[in-house]
Amino acid sequence: MSPKASLELVCPAGNLPALKVAVDNGADCVYMGFKDNTNARAFAGLNFDQASAREGVRYAHARGAKVLLALNTFPQSDTWERWQAAVDNAVELGIDAVILADPGLMRYAAKNYPNLRLHLSVQGSATNYEAINFYHEHFGIQRAVIPRVLSLAQVEQVVKNTPVEIELFGFGGLCVMVEGRCALSSYATGESPNTCGVCSPAKAVRWEQTPTGLESRLNGILLDRYGKDENAGYPTLCKGRFEVNKETYYAIEEPTSLNTLEMLPEMIAMGIAAIKIEGRQRSPAYVEQVTKVWRSAIDSAKRAPQSYAVNPAWMAQLNKVAEGQQNTLGAYHRPWK
Amino acid sequence: MKLALGPILYYWERETTFSFYDEIAASPVDIVYLGETVCSRRHTLRTEDWIEVAEKLTAAGKEVVLSSQALIESESDLKTLRRIAGNGNFSVEANDMGAVHLLSATKLPFVAGPHINTYNPQTLALLAELGANRWVMPVEMSRDALVHMQAARPVGMETEVFAYGRLPLAFSARCFTARHHNLPKDDCQFRCMDYVNGLTLKTREGQPFLALNGTQTQSASVYNLIGELDAMRETGVDVVRISPQAFFTAKILRLFREVMDNRLPAQTANQQMAKLMPDQACDGYWHGRPGIEQSYLQAASAEDAA
Repeated sequence: MSPKASLELVCPAGNLPALKVAVDNGADCVYMGFKDNTNARAFAGLNFDQASAREGVRYAHARGAKVLLALNTFPQSDTWERWQAAVDNAVELGIDAVILADPGLMRYAAKNYPNLRLHLSVQGSATNYEAINFYHEHFGIQRAVIPRVLSLAQVEQVVKNTPVEIELFGFGGLCVMVEGRCALSSYATGESPNTCGVCSPAKAVRWEQTPTGLESRLNGILLDRYGKDENAGYPTLCKGRFEVNKETYYAIEEPTSLNTLEMLPEMIAMGIAAIKIEGRQRSPAYVEQVTKVWRSAIDSAKRAPQSYAVNPAWMAQLNKVAEGQQNTLGAYHRPWK
Repeated sequence: MKLALGPILYYWERETTFSFYDEIAASPVDIVYLGETVCSRRHTLRTEDWIEVAEKLTAAGKEVVLSSQALIESESDLKTLRRIAGNGNFSVEANDMGAVHLLSATKLPFVAGPHINTYNPQTLALLAELGANRWVMPVEMSRDALVHMQAARPVGMETEVFAYGRLPLAFSARCFTARHHNLPKDDCQFRCMDYVNGLTLKTREGQPFLALNGTQTQSASVYNLIGELDAMRETGVDVVRISPQAFFTAKILRLFREVMDNRLPAQTANQQMAKLMPDQACDGYWHGRPGIEQSYLQAASAEDAA
């Protein structure tokens, strides 16, 4: 098989049931995290303990799927040991690759486990090939996940200039900021993706019904106010409505989902190694639906790239589970910027 | 401790920028970081202009460092980065790992800027081996975390703290200033030039929250650690960074200098600064709190009350 035909589908596994439906519905890889802040979805009730991780790896491997482990937050001086132990544990569990963001941790992994496959997390903020090649030269990374800020033409430029496989986000919640370089959440709440593995943490969220509407607050800061007929989504800081020069609007980003189904043939043609689905915090039902649609789409695009067309039924299914019930091509499509 | 002026984060008229640095040349600052770090579309000063400013400041006795852009996306961004990295004269502040890659190959010392995620001693040691001789603490890092970093600091590594200015909190491919004006980024008409200290974003109940600065999002509040200079000295901080604002930057520098030299009490300086800042102060990050919080003034007024 030529490398260009080997596009992998990488699906989120927030827990064992999600992992199983992802594998059963055609994920080539699943990615997961441990039950602590070593990963960027450190939410209560989510992620894997030792027993479920072991069962997850067994289940996936028995069906020919790979398991990737996200250790993509930044260890601090006093908590370094936890991240180091997590790398050790990944090796012990037989994880197929670890997804890392911190350069220090990457060095630890490369030095101690030369056979462990390393992926550069999107939280590593590598938006150009010089950055990606840095990690390749120093630690031998084999894949990099690109932040959701490049246009497709810029992605192609990266692919042409690096030996590292490139993984792109294809679907799910959309970070409008460069991942790994956003401290908005810690500015408001004290906890950020980099330091705590959370953005706009649930414990800082307050909903309040007021005479002027339903209000969402993050650590007391008003993020939005909803009228009677409006759907209220999870109050992610950058997706609130704010006032700039007396105009109230989604000043940073609308509550939308990224959906790049229509770009699949281009992505395959330029040699993208993998498409990542966001959403470890979402339900197994979401994972099942999204995996199913993307499996069909990827198979169809690989089989007949020339005649590939987005099936309206796929869009309908994805729209049912999309955040904000809206889709965007994000930065891959220039006018978004 | 040395006093540094960070790169201008806003987009100012060419002449404004030149006269700003004329004033800085005469100010009590030791180190000046120069260059466009936010958006490659901004072009009133080209790399050669920055180098000209650098030469003038060097002649005035300042240490000059050229800062690289934080978000490097295109081949032309990389071209500019290569010119800066290979300038052969001035030290460079790396603001992404692509810059670290190029600078480590030059075997010349460089500064690991505030946009490099240096959160632990292992990463700091790696940067030292690659040639960094100074690092700027990430803005969200607390004093307590810094103490741990300092305890394990590699020999010869200087520590710099972002101590004054609207906090650079996030970068995006999207231009929020252009978005505010319903303009596409490619035809932004350089509207960010109208907002010399950023464009304030408020909550729907009028609380100033963030400041839009093109593709960068800043805090609306002004991070101000003038009350923490003693603590910084105790922690072994070598360099204190002031981030430029459109007005009163030289005055801010002077106040920091006077407090650092024990010629002015921090509280007095703090009171004087209230009139010089584009918005209210914050210092939460330093205290391990949400960045937006402010504790120094509250503590000061509590003392006044007692």
